Amino acid sequence: MRLIERLKSVGAWFDARLQLGKPVREAATHRVPRRSASWAYVFGSASLTLLILQVVTGICLALVYVPAADGAWGSLQHLNQVQTFGWFIRALHGWGSNFMVAMVLLHMCQVFLFGAFKYPRELTWMVGVLLLVLTLGMAFTGEVMRFDQDAYWGLGIGAAIMGRVPLIGGQLVKLMLGGPIIAGETLSRFFALHVFVIPGMLLAFVGVHLLMVLKLGINEWPVPGRLVKRETYLKEYHEETLKDGVPFIPDAFRKDLVFSGITILAVIACAAIFGPFGPNGPPDPTVVQTSPVPDFFFLWIFAALALLPPNMETFLLLVGPVVGIGLLILLPLISGTGEKSWLRRPVAVLIMLIIIIALAATTQLGIKSRWSPHMNAWSSAPVPEKFLKGRTPVQLQGAIVIQAMQCRNCHALGGEGGQRGPALDDVATRLTEDQLFRQVIQGGGNMPAYGKNLSPSQATALVSFLKTLHSPGQRPAENSALVSTSSVPKGP
Amino acid sequence: MSESSPDNKPEDPESTAPTVRKLSRRQMLGVLGIGINALAGAMIAIPIIGYIIAPASRRRMDKELAWVSLGELTKYPVGQTRFATYRNPTSVPWDGDTADVACWVRRMSTDQWQVFAVNCAHLGCPVRWFPQSGLFMCPCHGGVYYADGSRASGPPPRGLFTYDYKIDAGQLWIKAGQMPTLSDMPSVATVGKIKGGTCA
Repeated sequence: MRLIERLKSVGAWFDARLQLGKPVREAATHRVPRRSASWAYVFGSASLTLLILQVVTGICLALVYVPAADGAWGSLQHLNQVQTFGWFIRALHGWGSNFMVAMVLLHMCQVFLFGAFKYPRELTWMVGVLLLVLTLGMAFTGEVMRFDQDAYWGLGIGAAIMGRVPLIGGQLVKLMLGGPIIAGETLSRFFALHVFVIPGMLLAFVGVHLLMVLKLGINEWPVPGRLVKRETYLKEYHEETLKDGVPFIPDAFRKDLVFSGITILAVIACAAIFGPFGPNGPPDPTVVQTSPVPDFFFLWIFAALALLPPNMETFLLLVGPVVGIGLLILLPLISGTGEKSWLRRPVAVLIMLIIIIALAATTQLGIKSRWSPHMNAWSSAPVPEKFLKGRTPVQLQGAIVIQAMQCRNCHALGGEGGQRGPALDDVATRLTEDQLFRQVIQGGGNMPAYGKNLSPSQATALVSFLKTLHSPGQRPAENSALVSTSSVPKGP
Repeated sequence: MSESSPDNKPEDPESTAPTVRKLSRRQMLGVLGIGINALAGAMIAIPIIGYIIAPASRRRMDKELAWVSLGELTKYPVGQTRFATYRNPTSVPWDGDTADVACWVRRMSTDQWQVFAVNCAHLGCPVRWFPQSGLFMCPCHGGVYYADGSRASGPPPRGLFTYDYKIDAGQLWIKAGQMPTLSDMPSVATVGKIKGGTCA
């Protein structure tokens, strides 16, 4: 065919000048260990594919998005409702972000389990940790781009954490916010971070990461008992790829291709079915009727912030991330040689499992967020009828007090209400009348004292109602000291 | 640079017979080149760093706090706590709604007041006032404060942040201008007291 000849000569013209053909061909067909052409090795390439999706959809969003505090929210509404396919591009970018964080974490777990961070790939791992941090940075700054109530108060939480840094905390807050309050310059700053600074670093470090993968070769499948030794590893790896290797393209690449395609299809499906994230309420700080919740991948931090003991909170907030990331970066220096197989690394596997379980558990707690009061429960969740039947007028008065005093914001009755404090359905089996009075008046154990805000008659009515809260078969709590005096003589 | 063909090695005729004078001239040029670029780099870098850290500069922070009015005293009945908003003293037109800041005003007697920042002392979420129980509650992690702003329960390490206030011309004024955090009271530029660290 003349056309093919023509194209070949055009290609040759370019390659004579670019001289990229040979190195690209070499990179594409470099030999990798046969067993590494495996389904376990597809998460890195899928992360890269998702990054490309994020870049493309991100550029699309930037065509319409207004990075100004007074215009961002409106432009997101416009994207959702007016712009052709605007909602879909937003949904792709939002779901792509979730998938990318998940994929990077999966990739990291696989690399950790397979001991791929060991000699000579220590730096590849360290750059990878940096890429994880940058990916999370993209997720957080991306949440700010969705400039709504949650973004606003999320920034407030970020600023409050910064404000806990000793000595320079105040300056860090202003540096982060671009001013003394969350306002126009804050969004502009985060826009620059999200669109220029972090993506630039991300792409540069991805380049370094990939370059090292090419230069050092893909990690071989770990075989129990085959130890990594600095003196012999490179030679052994080279021999293995020569003896039992396959060209990266097409042998290993096929699985990457299939998995990346499935991943993108999954993103498309989520985007089409669930749609874009928000924006919810506009970023108006005078609307205090809001319950800010962070995005999924930061829920575990949200939970940790509620559950950490207050006296060590600042320390853990400021030192925890530094130590955590530091340990991850130093991991290949701590354990750079030796056994690679997860079958012979029980401590490593256990540590990983514990971290995964801890993150999953705190995320689960973050979804439920039992510590958050239900701010409207006092006015929206009436006392269930079964707790009112056959009560005396004073007891019914107490049921009114329990609503009017916002007790229900933290205490559930019949499954409705806040879960910050214990449910009151059977409180009378746990506390005696005296204890109920003391708890209501003095508070304690995370409950405010109501002494100043309850009249004696209100307190009496409330406690007389609380005393009725036990199921018919259960006995109410009794003062054991009073009961026991009859049978046991007084003693110390 | 030129490795297009291996047999065409670029031979620098001068490098085969270097003389002291020529070398030093070249070195001079190299030093000069590095020097000029270092100078140019510094002249770019210093303004850029100053530009980026300007929001945290002491000079700018001193200007940011100002007295703003919360309106007529009659808006605030004695013995009650009311919601109030004000426009942040430093704002730009494109701040939009974000420069509108909320606070809680408690009037204890005709001339005794407390003005609380809306931000929880734990992590800055907006607290809500419940007049029936006389409590401020935070929706995020369940911090609770009494009517006088003191900590009642939950994770906050202290009570609510308060603004400085004054009564002038029949109006309530507060000194406002920055988001309160554990480093910054709403009315006091704590950071301004720390020496050094200002930018160009």
